[in-house]
Amino acid sequence: MSLEQFQDRNVAEQNYFHVDIPDYPTTGWGKVKRAASRTFKGELFVGLWVVFREMIKFDIHTVQYPKEKLPVGPRYRAVHEMQRLFESGTERCIGCGLCEKICISNCIRMETKLDENSRKLVTDYTINLGRCIFCGYCAEVCPELAIVHGPRYENVSDQRAHFTDFSDMLTPIDAAISGTQKEFDGFGAVTPHEDERVKTTPLAY
Amino acid sequence: MENNITITIDGKEIQTREGEFILNAARANNIFIPAICYLTRCSPTLACRICLVEADGKQVYACNAKAKDGMNITTTTENIETEKRAIMEVYDVNHPLECGVCDQSGECELQNYTLEVGVDSQSYSVPDTHKEAVDWGLIHYDPALCIVCERCTTVCKDMIGDAAIKTVPRGGDALNTDYKAQMPKDAYAMWNKLNKSLIGTADRSDMLDCTDCGECTAVCPVGALVSSDFQYASNAWEQKQVPATCAHCSAGCQISYDVKHTDIENSDEKIYRVKNEWNYVSLCGAGRYGYDFQNADAVKDETAFNAAIAAFKKADTIAFTSSITNEEAFILRRLKEERGYKLINNEAKVFKTFLDDYSKISGQQLYGADLKMVHASDFVVSIGSALKTDNPNARFAFNNSITMNKGAGLYFHPIKDPVIDGLSKNVMSINHAPLQEETALYLMLDLFADKENLPKDITKYLDSFHSKKMITIEETIKEEIIEKVMVKQLNKETGEEEEVEVEKKKMVPKKVSKEVEVDDNALLAQLGAPADFDEKLQKFLKKKEKFSLMVGPDLYTHPNSRNLARLVALVEKYTQFELVMIPALANTLGVSLICDLDEEVGEYTIGYNTKADFTLSALGDGDLDMPALNQQEGTLTSINKRVNPTNVALSYGGYVLNDIANALGLDAKYTIDYTKELGVVKGFSRESFDDLPNHYTNSGEEVRGYLLKRIGIRRSSNESVNELEDIAIQSDIVYLANPVLQFTAFTNASHQLHGEGGLYGSEAFMSKHALNAGDKVNVKTAQGEVRAVMIHDNKIDGEIAYLPTFDVNLNSEALFSGYRFSSASYTKV
Ligand code: SF4
Ligand code: SF4
Ligand code: SF4
Ligand code: SF4
Ligand code: SF4
Ligand code: FES
Repeated sequence: MSLEQFQDRNVAEQNYFHVDIPDYPTTGWGKVKRAASRTFKGELFVGLWVVFREMIKFDIHTVQYPKEKLPVGPRYRAVHEMQRLFESGTERCIGCGLCEKICISNCIRMETKLDENSRKLVTDYTINLGRCIFCGYCAEVCPELAIVHGPRYENVSDQRAHFTDFSDMLTPIDAAISGTQKEFDGFGAVTPHEDERVKTTPLAY
Repeated sequence: MENNITITIDGKEIQTREGEFILNAARANNIFIPAICYLTRCSPTLACRICLVEADGKQVYACNAKAKDGMNITTTTENIETEKRAIMEVYDVNHPLECGVCDQSGECELQNYTLEVGVDSQSYSVPDTHKEAVDWGLIHYDPALCIVCERCTTVCKDMIGDAAIKTVPRGGDALNTDYKAQMPKDAYAMWNKLNKSLIGTADRSDMLDCTDCGECTAVCPVGALVSSDFQYASNAWEQKQVPATCAHCSAGCQISYDVKHTDIENSDEKIYRVKNEWNYVSLCGAGRYGYDFQNADAVKDETAFNAAIAAFKKADTIAFTSSITNEEAFILRRLKEERGYKLINNEAKVFKTFLDDYSKISGQQLYGADLKMVHASDFVVSIGSALKTDNPNARFAFNNSITMNKGAGLYFHPIKDPVIDGLSKNVMSINHAPLQEETALYLMLDLFADKENLPKDITKYLDSFHSKKMITIEETIKEEIIEKVMVKQLNKETGEEEEVEVEKKKMVPKKVSKEVEVDDNALLAQLGAPADFDEKLQKFLKKKEKFSLMVGPDLYTHPNSRNLARLVALVEKYTQFELVMIPALANTLGVSLICDLDEEVGEYTIGYNTKADFTLSALGDGDLDMPALNQQEGTLTSINKRVNPTNVALSYGGYVLNDIANALGLDAKYTIDYTKELGVVKGFSRESFDDLPNHYTNSGEEVRGYLLKRIGIRRSSNESVNELEDIAIQSDIVYLANPVLQFTAFTNASHQLHGEGGLYGSEAFMSKHALNAGDKVNVKTAQGEVRAVMIHDNKIDGEIAYLPTFDVNLNSEALFSGYRFSSASYTKV
């Protein structure tokens, strides 16, 4: 086993490195040069020309958001939803921790414990959407289709981390019981014809 | 052990030892052979049969087939692959599909091998049975997950010695008989056995009654045996392993603290469990469950720190315990050099004195052997140690050598120990009276010393214990008797058949008693050895080659310890026994080598982990906080004379001893800067901390820290020893020892082991004094008196009770004048 990580005692500087940024201009002339070079780059006029061209064509496709909204596809990956089982309404998440493991931004954390019925109980679950890159891995890996991506892309807050109250993500219980919870078709959902590909296991009874 | 033969595995030539199992040879050379049931250091059980290989054209089990010179081994043939596939399919029959929540998931050998072999469909089936999970206190057993590999029962018997669990009937339907013909042979045989058994307690009671080492949970390849506390607490893969050294006893086991953030809100690391390399090191329950003894929430309290500096300036004495690292001990040594403090640590002091006296005769600074040698020996003697609680690993070594090497052992201790007695029928306990440890050592000389070379005085003295006596023995002899029998004979004259009487000689066995003259050894009588001692010993000693002797703290604290040390040295010198001394606490050996300890306490004392005028405490109950051993990096010196590194598992926010030392004029950035400096101490090396490794290799080689150098000491030609004095402890006796799972206040600080100490006594003790568990008892000795709760301990027997040291509220040490036994009176209140 490598002991390297235990030999770095400089806790404050761990995991940080410097990125290459040109030094800020310090003289007045330097500042003027920077402003001029940023302002008169050719790209500006390319952009202006495109807008002007489309304007004079009078062929406008603009969606009148928020009065109009484009439909989102099933594979769209916005803020997560936590699903429930139909009928019983039990939360689908079994606390396997695969989403926590696979998450590449390391933004899922969960707490589990043994409950009175000797089952694994998820006592707390969070996604730090301030870090989430909406890659969809968590939804794909989830063996229970418990964590999925929803279509909710409208979030207003000064912190993405505010969108993640667990109770907001969780399907309301009446929606699960009444069967109105939408089954997820996106990333990680069961593919069609899955049944045909499963080999049966012999049973002795 | 030398590699002396060459074998070929899959075309690769490797060196190994004659008689080594093929599996171990392969592992040592990084060749993978699947194996589930085999445990290194334990006997092969052939439960899983997946380790099939072909050796010189014959299919054998790699875990129990021995390597021979020139052997040619193939790890895979078509038949072996078919067997493996069938074996893994069988293991998966009815195995619950609960990997998603199983605690073993991610480190499960059933998962691993199922994927390795590529089981993607099932061909076999048998009706499942309903199996309730059971709660065995610290351990949880879910039979539904059990694959009956028997690793748990094997380790419990061959290594630990409790033999507290065994295979029990499973119930349920038998296998479909057609399978016998259809299935690969080994897979069927394996399944047939599996389908008949499960694991249960050895006495078939509902509750597991054992010394709770938890080793069975460590070796269990699946989630069947798990720690109750860890159940569903965290997934294995979320844990970060911090390689460390157990801080509780002198065995210095290698462990890894498994840490992860405390919870969603709190990112501070928390220890969730302790793991070990169970193939090469076995933990006791204190090491496994007593991990969270950290000094939590300590902060840099400047006022307290300044008070500490003022106290150090005022003090002339530092008292401390041996639960500190070598580096801290070295800081204390440096402080003594700089500022002239007296260093007080009685427990290490007596050990040091013992070592010094021993060195005078042996000419060595340290005892010659280690526990590894005990594992390898076949005749082991233990004197002066409550083995199973003083150093659990010494007990494992005692048991392992006896079970694995067809060995035998003698256990000299005043307290009768049913666990030791239960290890094997080849263990004989001699429960002598306290203070008779000296007699036991004389007996060792008498029985085993090379009398030719032993100093004449001693031989003569030993002879004085022998006399002749007449005893009556019953003997079976063959006696010739003459029998009259009727036989049919043909009368030649008459031609008729008639019966005649003839005499026949016949030998018949007959019991006679006769008087014989035998040797009478008064030492045996003095020790209260069993009547059949001689006879049994003769049997025990047959075909024995490697002898080891373990001596323990009862000797170091004995009033005649100086003489005992000399006797121990003589035993090592004049007998074939290799010697191991059991240091009492985690770093007693290190402290006694590093610090020059004093006896007299001065005016004003600083206590480190012990109460004094100004107290530094890693338990958080002193005037200034110190880090506990799981919050520190540093080294600890083990019974195996090894300097083992340990790393920081949990963060610590307060001041450390090094800060104080720096304020007092020493200069080191980190405590571990002193690791290198240890080189000035006899035996230690000048290695820096970051260069110290801490792991085992695939061949089981211990690559941890470094070994203390062997240092010769000038030997004195005087080998005289004092004769036995007639000393005894009158009246009732109390002993100073800890119950199973406890060592110090630190083990008691952990949440799983926390408890209240009391007076521990056997059934016999309680009935003698008319006490019941839960009664309050006043224990009074010449030194003082404590009030304790009576606690029934079924792991001891006889009429001696003991008081523990792990519960600081009891202050039991105050009742003893040094020696671990004391006369005492008990009154119920
Ligand atoms: S979408 Fe990707 S980044 Fe976001 S929580 Fe899931 S796995 Fe993590
Ligand atoms: S992967 Fe799915 S079931 Fe597993 S913990 Fe995450 S949400 Fe729960
Ligand atoms: S409990 Fe675990 S170690 Fe014991 S037999 Fe079952 S699977 Fe093997
Ligand atoms: S905890 Fe230790 S002693 Fe108890 S059954 Fe398991 S291996 Fe045996
Ligand atoms: S207390 Fe001793 S025997 Fe137990 S795990 Fe720790 S070092 Fe090993
Ligand atoms: S490891 Fe050889 S039979 Fe199980």
